[in-house]
Amino acid sequence: MVEKANKKTENKVRRIDLATSRQLIWWSFKKHRLAMVGTTIIVLFIIISIFAEFIATTGPQARNTLYAEGPPTIIRLVDESGNLHFPFVFEVVRKRDPITYRSFFEVNTAVRWPVKLFIQGEPYKLFGLFPCNIHLFGTEKGFIHLFGTDRIGRDIFSRVIYATRISLSVGIIGVLVAFIIGLIMGGIAGYSGGIVDDVIMRLIEFIRSIPSLPLWLGLSAALPREWSALKVYAAITLILSGINWTSLARRVRGKLLSLRNVEFVLAARITGCSNTRIVVRHMLPSFLSYLIVDLTIAFPYIILAETTLSFLGLGLREPIVSWGVMLYSAQNIRSIAHMPWLLIPGLFVVIAVIAFNFMGDGLRDAADPFKK
Amino acid sequence: MYPILRRLVSTLVTLILLSMVAFIIIELPPGDFADMYAAKKVASGTVVTEDEVIAIRIELGLDRPPYIRYLKWISGILHGDLGFSWQYRRPVREVIGERLPMTLVLALSTVFFIYFTALPLGIYSALRQYSTIDYTLGILGYIGLATPNFLLALIFMYLGHLWFGTSVGGLFSIEYESAAWSFAKFIDLLSHLWVPVIVLGTAGTAFTFRTIRATLLDELNKMYVTAARASGLTEFRLIIKYPVRMALNPIVSTFGWELTRVISGAPIIGLVMSLPDTGPLFINSLLNQDMYLAGAMILIYCVLAMLGSFISDILLMILDPRIRLGEK
Repeated sequence: MVEKANKKTENKVRRIDLATSRQLIWWSFKKHRLAMVGTTIIVLFIIISIFAEFIATTGPQARNTLYAEGPPTIIRLVDESGNLHFPFVFEVVRKRDPITYRSFFEVNTAVRWPVKLFIQGEPYKLFGLFPCNIHLFGTEKGFIHLFGTDRIGRDIFSRVIYATRISLSVGIIGVLVAFIIGLIMGGIAGYSGGIVDDVIMRLIEFIRSIPSLPLWLGLSAALPREWSALKVYAAITLILSGINWTSLARRVRGKLLSLRNVEFVLAARITGCSNTRIVVRHMLPSFLSYLIVDLTIAFPYIILAETTLSFLGLGLREPIVSWGVMLYSAQNIRSIAHMPWLLIPGLFVVIAVIAFNFMGDGLRDAADPFKK
Repeated sequence: MYPILRRLVSTLVTLILLSMVAFIIIELPPGDFADMYAAKKVASGTVVTEDEVIAIRIELGLDRPPYIRYLKWISGILHGDLGFSWQYRRPVREVIGERLPMTLVLALSTVFFIYFTALPLGIYSALRQYSTIDYTLGILGYIGLATPNFLLALIFMYLGHLWFGTSVGGLFSIEYESAAWSFAKFIDLLSHLWVPVIVLGTAGTAFTFRTIRATLLDELNKMYVTAARASGLTEFRLIIKYPVRMALNPIVSTFGWELTRVISGAPIIGLVMSLPDTGPLFINSLLNQDMYLAGAMILIYCVLAMLGSFISDILLMILDPRIRLGEK
């Protein structure tokens, strides 16, 4: 018995001994169940944003004037008399109250609109290249609005799908820009030391002491009103990353300082490597995993910040649709009371942020496989 | 005393730099007060000549170089003059003065709420690690951190509308809104205040909860706890006296951050829940590019944040002799 156990640990030790550090990181990451859940969700979000045109039933600005302010439609399998069918939705008809003149929707259970997969609909260009008109699902007769419609009859489901793309892209570009600035500033500070280091560190401390939200709000409010939506998008992304690079720069600097006199760096210097080469080829790879963790953790902050800015009307604007831009129409209690489904984009924000936090936690635990 | 003095000096330097940032933000939007004034006049049907615009510009000193304008602005602030809000057509100081106390009440109540809920829950969670309650609190913590404040406010307002049929916005009932301060008005305030406090405090509570749980878990495994237990202390005294005290350090040192975070999160809640604090004022001034008001608000938020981190450092010095005596 004991022998068997010994043999087992022996095998395991061997496997670990042979593993590359990347493998070790992957193994310990895999053990973190929540992190795997988070990663799955993020991969799903990425797939959604790549195939947005295909998954969405209509374009983000298409209006269904027959169904403005309409509640979510429910996909059914069973009709009024209890018969089983292929998935369908009931016909909806707009009616007007003869006394108050308020319009409301009446479900006509006599007419069924079958829901089909891979249906032909609004034409679009897949990846902006290939003309195509197949959508993941839809109805041939009538219409389907899984999450309802907004005040002017735009399909919330389709808009959320497109918004996923924009919100994620703000996060990704923001994080990448922050990464580059952080790397350069932290690299300069950590490698040169002395006065340069002092100045950069004071700058970072100063930026961190400013309350972030008022600063973001102030900067984005200062953007000229006549800028196009695309220009504003670029500017907002830059503002968000311009404030987020500090923690990364600090990390890079700290690591560089601690690595300055480590043997492999000395060896590289003796061999005659240039400073840039030492930093980029020898020092950076040794703590890259920590940087990736920091990036994952910075991601949800940027998404939340973008959502908040856009929600207030100071961030992205139509016709660019992000989760925050969609929530902008849910600003007052009257519209939420009347159309609670306007809050659905908020659910996506929460799910995305939780997923990134889960993944970040898992990565942090896995980042240093030689710990313990 | 020396470290405190040094801290004071660095705070002052930071404040001067912050005022420059606030001024830059004021100056960023294209066009100045004179242009805006002219645009308003034109919109209301009056004819404005180019000479008049220039006259206004000279009168207000807008034709001077930026650094002189900055000096003028900052010396005005030191004399208590924060500039003029063209949106309200009143001095900024009056506009802000009316609402600032509410912001402070809200922020301080929220910070108290955060510590009073997060500390006991965090300690409990650490002591009963892997229990059902621990897991539940952990998941709630994740959700609390992930939900944007304004979304939480919207959900609260929707639920309030659904269950009570009334709006949960505002801080006073209608009959007290313009009434003078009295005990009844104070009670009315308390009965309204808890909603924004919870909304504003959720993320902070979740964060503090996680910090205290993690640090306490580290402390609980240390030898001195075993030693104290072996010497026969009751479990309650032991926990409170030693590991909890150790675990308080990171909490105290982040008190300033917490205040900063609460204060900088407040404007949005103020706007969404239509509170009579500086929140709606700030956001509206930004939306309308009423930049003197906006700049003054940014400066006030920065000062409050600096104050928070200053208090936090002092508290840490009181609590931890290693920091008080200084390593150098």
